[in-house]
Amino acid sequence: MNAQNIEQFKSEYSTEQLIEVYRQMLRFRRMSEKTAQMYQQGLIGGFCHLYTGQEAVLAGTFAECEKGDDHITSYRCHAHALACGVDEKEVLAELTGRATGISKGKGGSMHMFAPDKGYWGGHGIVGAQVPLGTGMAFYHKYMGNQNICVTSYGDGAANQGQIFEAMNMASLWGLPVLYVVENNVYGMGTAAKRVCAGELHQRGAAFGIEGEKVDGQDFFTVAEAVKRARKYILENKRPYIIEMDTYRYRGHSMSDPAKYRSKEEVQAVKENRDPLIRIYDCLVDERGVKESELKEIDNIVKANLKESVDFAVNSPLPDAAELMTDIMPK
Amino acid sequence: MTTYTTTYRNALRDAMSEEIRRDEKVYLMGEEVAEYNGAYKCSQGMWEEFGDKRVIDTPITEYGFTGLAVGSAMKGLRPIVEFMSWDFSMQACDHIINSAAKTKYMSGGVVDCPIVFRGQNAASGRVAAQHSQDFAGWYANIPGLKVIAPANAHDAKGLLKAAIRDDAPVIFLEHEKLYGMENEMPTDLDFTVEIGKAATVKEGTDVSIIAYSYSVETAKEVAKNLEKDGISAEVIDLRTISPLDETAILDSVKKTSRAVFIQEAWAYASVGDSVASLIQSKAFDHLDAPVEVFSGERTPMPYAANLEELALPQVDKIVEKIKTMVK
Repeated sequence: MNAQNIEQFKSEYSTEQLIEVYRQMLRFRRMSEKTAQMYQQGLIGGFCHLYTGQEAVLAGTFAECEKGDDHITSYRCHAHALACGVDEKEVLAELTGRATGISKGKGGSMHMFAPDKGYWGGHGIVGAQVPLGTGMAFYHKYMGNQNICVTSYGDGAANQGQIFEAMNMASLWGLPVLYVVENNVYGMGTAAKRVCAGELHQRGAAFGIEGEKVDGQDFFTVAEAVKRARKYILENKRPYIIEMDTYRYRGHSMSDPAKYRSKEEVQAVKENRDPLIRIYDCLVDERGVKESELKEIDNIVKANLKESVDFAVNSPLPDAAELMTDIMPK
Repeated sequence: MTTYTTTYRNALRDAMSEEIRRDEKVYLMGEEVAEYNGAYKCSQGMWEEFGDKRVIDTPITEYGFTGLAVGSAMKGLRPIVEFMSWDFSMQACDHIINSAAKTKYMSGGVVDCPIVFRGQNAASGRVAAQHSQDFAGWYANIPGLKVIAPANAHDAKGLLKAAIRDDAPVIFLEHEKLYGMENEMPTDLDFTVEIGKAATVKEGTDVSIIAYSYSVETAKEVAKNLEKDGISAEVIDLRTISPLDETAILDSVKKTSRAVFIQEAWAYASVGDSVASLIQSKAFDHLDAPVEVFSGERTPMPYAANLEELALPQVDKIVEKIKTMVK
């Protein structure tokens, strides 16, 4: 598939739409930063995986998905919830283990779901979301829907055997699934190049599944690829793989000091490939948006976030009776 | 009420076919279920009737197709997944346990997973250690799963239809030695057997023999032998392992004052041990003897016919033991 000319693609987005994209990416970033703070304050327990640095992958993907599409991902799932339309309040209340959390305080950091918004979690077994997401694509084919399931996994999960099993069936049965490989360079503390043979976007080749690798730090590049992939999937009744070349600024989880990489390496990505700076520069330099206007958006995002933190920490803990509910359907 | 008589194998087929006709969301998936009509011929004629959309042959890839089916169930389809043997579910049990059983709870109740996993369980005869294990206790241990193990054709049909209509993930354990058993059952398309209810197969007064799946046949034979010695045994078929029908078990034990459990599974951390624990904590004062659990021997299943027989619960041994309990 030939990529559309990126300048032409950019021009399809109005300034208003791009400001909204910037606002979304800021929401992901600010909530991630706040989550780290709250974790350090002891307000959040357990494992906690942040999305800082990878924002363009989500923003670009969602910009080109349609209502009725499904999304499923790993345990690095907080920003995904926001992207699907879940409020910060419900995410932070879940992170703090409150009754008002999106999963009533029973799922925590790794398990957030909003099926009414097409969001299916939130899965803690590395790679397990891939057959599940392939099954959701199976549903769309079964029902004759013109929708896809965006199934995200990382470079670490990419080596799980069940992914190949799922791809085999997705290809055999022509399932409308978009596999998004978020290659953030490290699977926990192990560099992808140490454990992944070959290219991740070519992992479907043996099954006849096409794929490509794009710059996951650039909103427009991601969005253009997803738009094209979605059209290809539905028109050709074929799955597709997009490998997002991205990077996480924090460790694998909050307990990871990330000593397996240099500070300079992280700093270089922050300075040269930061997804927020790119969209910010585009708005200011190419669209003539005032920096004060963007500052104001940041202020509003931060104010909303503060309100959400207050909501979360002031929410009650789950009632003891909740221990034994939601195990079996009524 | 009109009835018909058919085998356990065909009863399963009829249950699936009736539910596929009734609900467009129901489909059958598994290895060899379609064109081959099922490894044990439990889906005879179904592919011919329903076609590729509803009766789906999968690659030999249990982890993958189980996850795929679970994902489709979360979206609202109602898959029936056949494992050629429950031993093969070891490849897939991550999705059965971590995805199907736990997601409802992890999501605060908003994600359901209406799915049935079914297939041949325990010792079918001379297939050795990797095709003979009884998984009832393994899956019954997991909150969020229902576990069913019918011991006759009537219950196989009624319980499978109930399982397909249930919104929970259901483990449905069949037994190869029962596939040929014939029973009478209603023709009514809405005939179901309630999940979670045991059945009294034979009434008795001296001892309660509790079992599930093929071990109910063993229990019936034990009871028949005991009659020669004037001992009246009650036989309880659990039918559902989880949720357990505690009332039926305790009521029977309170009547007979003695309890014996028979299972093919290994004893340690098993259904039989759990039932013995239940009886001893909730009916202790009614007991005239310790609860006895007869299980498979603690060894991988041998191939040789004589050794395999020795590895499974022995009618003679159980009869002798019960005679010492009822003096």
